[in-house]
Amino acid sequence: MSNEIKKNISDRLTSDSISVENAVSVKGLRKSFKNVTVLKGIDFNIQKGTVLALLGPNGAGKTTTVHILSTLLLPDSGTIKINNFDVVKEVDKVRSVIGLTGQYAALDEYLTGRENLQMIGRLYRLSHKDIDRRTDELLELFDLVHASKRAVKTYSGGMRRRLDLAVSLIASPPILFLDEPTTGLDPQSRLIMWNIIKQLVSSGTTVLLTTQDMDEADHLANKIIVMNGGKIIAEGTSEELKLHVGSERLEITVINDNDFELATKIIQEENLRTDKATRKLSFATKGGVHQLKQVLSQLEDANIEVENISFHSPTLDDVFLTLTGHLTNAEDKGEDNKVVLS
Amino acid sequence: MTRHYINSNIKTESQSRIFWLFSDSWVLAKRSIRHITRNLDQLFSVALFPIMFFLLFRYVFGGAIDTGSISYVNFLVAGIFVQMLAFGANYTTMNLAIDLQRGIVNRFKSLPISRSALLIGHVGADLVRNMITGLIVIGVSFLVGFQPAAGVIDWVLIFVLAALFSLAISWISAVMGLIVKSIEAAQWTGFIVIFPLTFVSSAFVPTETMPYALRLFAENQPLTHVIEAIRSWLVGAPVGDSGWLAFAWCLGIIIVTVPIATWLFKRQTLR
Repeated sequence: MSNEIKKNISDRLTSDSISVENAVSVKGLRKSFKNVTVLKGIDFNIQKGTVLALLGPNGAGKTTTVHILSTLLLPDSGTIKINNFDVVKEVDKVRSVIGLTGQYAALDEYLTGRENLQMIGRLYRLSHKDIDRRTDELLELFDLVHASKRAVKTYSGGMRRRLDLAVSLIASPPILFLDEPTTGLDPQSRLIMWNIIKQLVSSGTTVLLTTQDMDEADHLANKIIVMNGGKIIAEGTSEELKLHVGSERLEITVINDNDFELATKIIQEENLRTDKATRKLSFATKGGVHQLKQVLSQLEDANIEVENISFHSPTLDDVFLTLTGHLTNAEDKGEDNKVVLS
Repeated sequence: MTRHYINSNIKTESQSRIFWLFSDSWVLAKRSIRHITRNLDQLFSVALFPIMFFLLFRYVFGGAIDTGSISYVNFLVAGIFVQMLAFGANYTTMNLAIDLQRGIVNRFKSLPISRSALLIGHVGADLVRNMITGLIVIGVSFLVGFQPAAGVIDWVLIFVLAALFSLAISWISAVMGLIVKSIEAAQWTGFIVIFPLTFVSSAFVPTETMPYALRLFAENQPLTHVIEAIRSWLVGAPVGDSGWLAFAWCLGIIIVTVPIATWLFKRQTLR
């Protein structure tokens, strides 16, 4: 089922995007490090002025993709064009139209915020006049004026990320790569970053962002590509991916821990997700009331007491589970990482 | 409200390749020079090492070392001067390793900059730091009783050779900084190379008392030639072969290490 839908979604996107100009186009991208194949044939396009999110767990190949697109790594094979410049043959041209914000703030700790901006501005070969103007603009925009004369080593995590993004924007690049821009930030700093990214997009910037966070992709991206094990396992809009899992999910919370085990055996629904700690079971609903009645009577027959029942629209977590058979953080728990559907 | 200037129309300057090599190198050297005054560790070692070594050798070991017709203070100054320049170059190893391990090198790599600019920047900052160190060494030497006999031309020669030596040893350090795999390794690699070179030389003691093999090394290695040349100019003694040998060694080292370092850097950073 998943493959079918994936195909439908991607067919539709390709036919739609023929007439639209692409800021980024990637065809047949492969990359290995020694014996490890990190990217196993990646294809996607990003339309000008839109946001594409690469979503996936650690080790999915997101950062490698960004590094190849931003000229830090060479691809083994494939054709990659940034603003129609080839990333292998026209390196300097590509570099002049991109900005990159990596997973770790790429700033000089001993320089002040202002000095960091000025240094990178000059290395981007801007005129001194433009550098001064841009530095003032960005410090104000990113709410860093008060800290502009302090060394970066005194900055908080959120301030560093903001400055890091500001530095990437000094030359106003039309295409921006953001590698996990909000990882490790507190909720408030994360919201600030989201707002900045939204402003950038509304001013015409094309953004490729990677994230492990379903919510982030949902909020920011026009199109989401789900990656796992070096392959694209799904792509579409947030809504399309959610549709994939069923329109709604039914979530049941049982009262006793003992009943929980029993309930997981009784409920034989597709895409069943269980969480032992909170005693919650959820699955995609199709039959509406009939299905609800059926499940409840099964639970009643087994004398399982139910604490709470609710419907909710699927999160991207649910999408990921459906596509890969495990949760996005499965790797951290040391569980099997294999792709069920392929 | 702020929307209108998150992106703005920016034009890049167009200049020749060589202009940008100098410009990029200068921007990155300025960055490293700023580190000298802002990183207290650096500032301390630049000022404290010469003072410590002077006090140690002048007053602890000095009395027991026989330097013949020349007083030990006058003998010692050139040794400490050159040793401190060599120690200072370890910052190139350290700072390059730090840049390569941390995210900032990815930023530099994604910019349209000249490839060797980062190396030239670090080496250039080393030169500035070593000039400060050199002045401190000479300053302290007067406090502990140094009486130079050098004329204006001698001082000019000392300055030129010191700068050339600083560049030579910084480029060696750059090669080491590009080879080491961690910042910790960078910290001790420099000393593993620089410690024997500075002590197995004529920096602190005349080489005559060393065992034959050691003496052979000590008398023919580049640091001894640099030390002997600077010592002769300082005390007004005839320089002999050490003068041209010192310049030849430094130039030779630079000619060999610059392409190696540039090649290593390109291999590491050019994807």
